[in-house]
Amino acid sequence: MKLTKSFDKSLWVFHVNAASCNGCDIEIVAALTPRYDVERFGIKLVGTPRHADVLLVTGPVNRQMADRVRRVYEQTPGPKAVLICGNCGATSGVYYDSYCIEGPFDEFIKKVDPNAIIVYVPGCPVRPEAITFGVVQAWKALEKLRGEA
Amino acid sequence: MNEALEAVIRLGIGAGVIMIALWLSLVLKGFDRKFAAWLQARYGPPLRQPFWDVFKLFQKENVVPERAVSWAFNGAPLMALVGSLVLVMFIPLGPVGGVVAGWMPVLEGYGDLILVVYLLAIPGLMMAIGGFASGSPLATVGAQREMVMMMSYEFPLAIVVLALAWRITNLSRGLESFSLKAIVENPLWGEVGILGIVGLALLFGVFFLIIPSELSKIPFDAPEAETEIGGGIIAEYSGTNLGLFYIADAVKTLAFLSLAVALFVPYNISPLLNVGGIGAYVLDLLFWLFKVEVLYFLAVTVIRVGAARLKIDKLSWLYLVPLSALAVVGSLLLYLDTL
Repeated sequence: MKLTKSFDKSLWVFHVNAASCNGCDIEIVAALTPRYDVERFGIKLVGTPRHADVLLVTGPVNRQMADRVRRVYEQTPGPKAVLICGNCGATSGVYYDSYCIEGPFDEFIKKVDPNAIIVYVPGCPVRPEAITFGVVQAWKALEKLRGEA
Repeated sequence: MNEALEAVIRLGIGAGVIMIALWLSLVLKGFDRKFAAWLQARYGPPLRQPFWDVFKLFQKENVVPERAVSWAFNGAPLMALVGSLVLVMFIPLGPVGGVVAGWMPVLEGYGDLILVVYLLAIPGLMMAIGGFASGSPLATVGAQREMVMMMSYEFPLAIVVLALAWRITNLSRGLESFSLKAIVENPLWGEVGILGIVGLALLFGVFFLIIPSELSKIPFDAPEAETEIGGGIIAEYSGTNLGLFYIADAVKTLAFLSLAVALFVPYNISPLLNVGGIGAYVLDLLFWLFKVEVLYFLAVTVIRVGAARLKIDKLSWLYLVPLSALAVVGSLLLYLDTL
């Protein structure tokens, strides 16, 4: 798949709340506000995974959400990247080793698709600057994809 | 032989008009997003953003859902784009009359206002067909809402168009009643008395409120309703198909705004400033772009930033009862003016 530069100038993001505590979700909304305004980089929140280029996942992924998140990931048309926001998705955070958790999310998504592009944004909750930085990392990951083709 | 030559010339001009319309409509969309951002005290995306969006969408995977009717699902976006591009062929894209009398739509003489009103329904209809063909409950809900909305706003739109066409015939200059050419070359504002001016202003007001709903923009975006039914009609569309809908929407916006300008403010600025020759062409073209952008800003951008989505029943009622009544009152005033 050959990607051109216009791809990373218009990343549409679908927000998946996989059992998050809402802390990260509020910060995502903050990133859209006039103070941070991620739309100036062409980043837009969309309402359905079919339109998305980036899946923004918050939360540790519990058992209830595991199958849903897998389906949302499969519904997203490629090429796509996953942006894991918050410590929960990356390491399970305070929920580590809990009986109801399927994560950490990266291991879970690698079971679904071994070649998934995953970008981590640590923080509890993440800061809006960190989310913007994470999207820049997603650009770089997609640029690598461009180099391979 | 002459007819064949004329057809070839029209084809050539038509291809040029399509390219210009595609480019201009995406630029106008960029301005719309920039101005919307400014109204919200944001910096906003660059003006080229819609181009990047389209190029990106054309690179994405094109998913056809398992339960979709694939021929209708794939055909609908293409037909929507074709519908909007044909529309552009019938509506004057640029200043008309005065110095630049030659600037008429490519297919001038082959269709009239009635055809234009029917063509306006095609992109919406195709979106509804695509929605029904998606096999997704969200898209079906969106498609049903689109049908309800079309039935609602077509009624006042038809009244406005009929009233204008009737008044043009009433000038008794042997003009064709539904010809766009007759309407843009005889601006009614100068032909009617005080009652007629009030009537025309009412009709313009109704048309102004039809613009955002015809284009499915907030607060009249119940069929798409991203935050509620996840994109509605286009919920299952991705990649190339979504890109085609994106362009079709932009081109239809340009076409409908040009229609509004042609019907209600077909004035040129060059006679006012006493400019002639090539300067008049440039000035009138810029003035036309200015009129379209002002209308875009007031009727789409400001309303879309300032209002929340209406429920579909309230939306339907708004068009079927108060706005239709206003359109009827406006037409009556136009009639009374001729007595």
